[in-house]
Amino acid sequence: MDGSKSSVERDLIIRSQRGGRKAFGELIKRHMQRAYYAALGLVGSHDDALDISQEAFARAFRARKSLDPDRPFYPWLYQILRRLSFNHIRDQRSRGRKLQSESAWIVENASDRAGRNDPARLTERGEVRERVRRAIEELSEHEREVIVLKEFEQLRYREIAELLAIPIGTVMSRLYSARRSLAGRLEDLT
Amino acid sequence: MSEHDPERGGRTRQLMMGRLDRELTPEESEALDQILENNPAARQEWEQLKLVKTITAGIRLRTPPDEIWEGYMNSVYRRIERGVGWILVSIGAIVLLSYGLWSGVGELLRDTTVPWYLRGAVMSLLAGLAVIVVSVAREKFFMRKRDPYREVER
Repeated sequence: MDGSKSSVERDLIIRSQRGGRKAFGELIKRHMQRAYYAALGLVGSHDDALDISQEAFARAFRARKSLDPDRPFYPWLYQILRRLSFNHIRDQRSRGRKLQSESAWIVENASDRAGRNDPARLTERGEVRERVRRAIEELSEHEREVIVLKEFEQLRYREIAELLAIPIGTVMSRLYSARRSLAGRLEDLT
Repeated sequence: MSEHDPERGGRTRQLMMGRLDRELTPEESEALDQILENNPAARQEWEQLKLVKTITAGIRLRTPPDEIWEGYMNSVYRRIERGVGWILVSIGAIVLLSYGLWSGVGELLRDTTVPWYLRGAVMSLLAGLAVIVVSVAREKFFMRKRDPYREVER
């Protein structure tokens, strides 16, 4: 975050802590799309992602007094969001229900039109995309999370490490483990 | 990749990830080239990982309809309001239930026409409830103490 952006956000956090709903509304506007997409990547359902990201903002509002205005808002919000997402996944699993993800929570990247034999091109085919989706859903929570942050949010290692409060080496290890798992599950494609 | 040297294997994995995600320095890139040149197993693994990267780079999250952003903020505010409502309802319910329990149990215990075993059962029920409440509260307290994200309300 650059200086002016962070000072505006600092001001919004302070005003929210004093009860300013409008200021908190501005924080929601700034981060709602990112929060929604992060939840979508983690739970794989539009309705659940909408529900979880809105709930995260509501909880952030209730806990806003504990927020340090000198620290960026999103990483703090993300901690609430990921907890809600993981709890949602665990609830579904403990009830023995398969995660109610939609088959089309991922789509092919329109800007990535490579050659005919390129695997990226293969994802355009529904059946392959379906297999990739299932392979991502079968990853462990932490593996899926780093794949989402790296591939969908396109964060750098340093940013992922800051967001998850883990060392960069751990980010790389989780990515390696996630990609190995994906390679195993998509063996015939790779 | 050397299976006998986990430290070296870990370094190679990190270098592979770094190159896939374009986060290697020229020196690190050179080090990876050397490893790949001398280690066929690492080379084979590298090829697989490269293809996985190509596949995942070729997909993105589905964009939701634009309309969801229009009502998004109001939905958050409705949740906040409902949260306040639930807190007030809970406080009211706890006070009323506690009062009802206190009056009812007090009356029951004072009533000498009620058999001793029924009064004993009520006392046992209350003592059991107290033990459960204390046990759950203690568990929550220790869990919260060990929680690295305890500052974040859930």
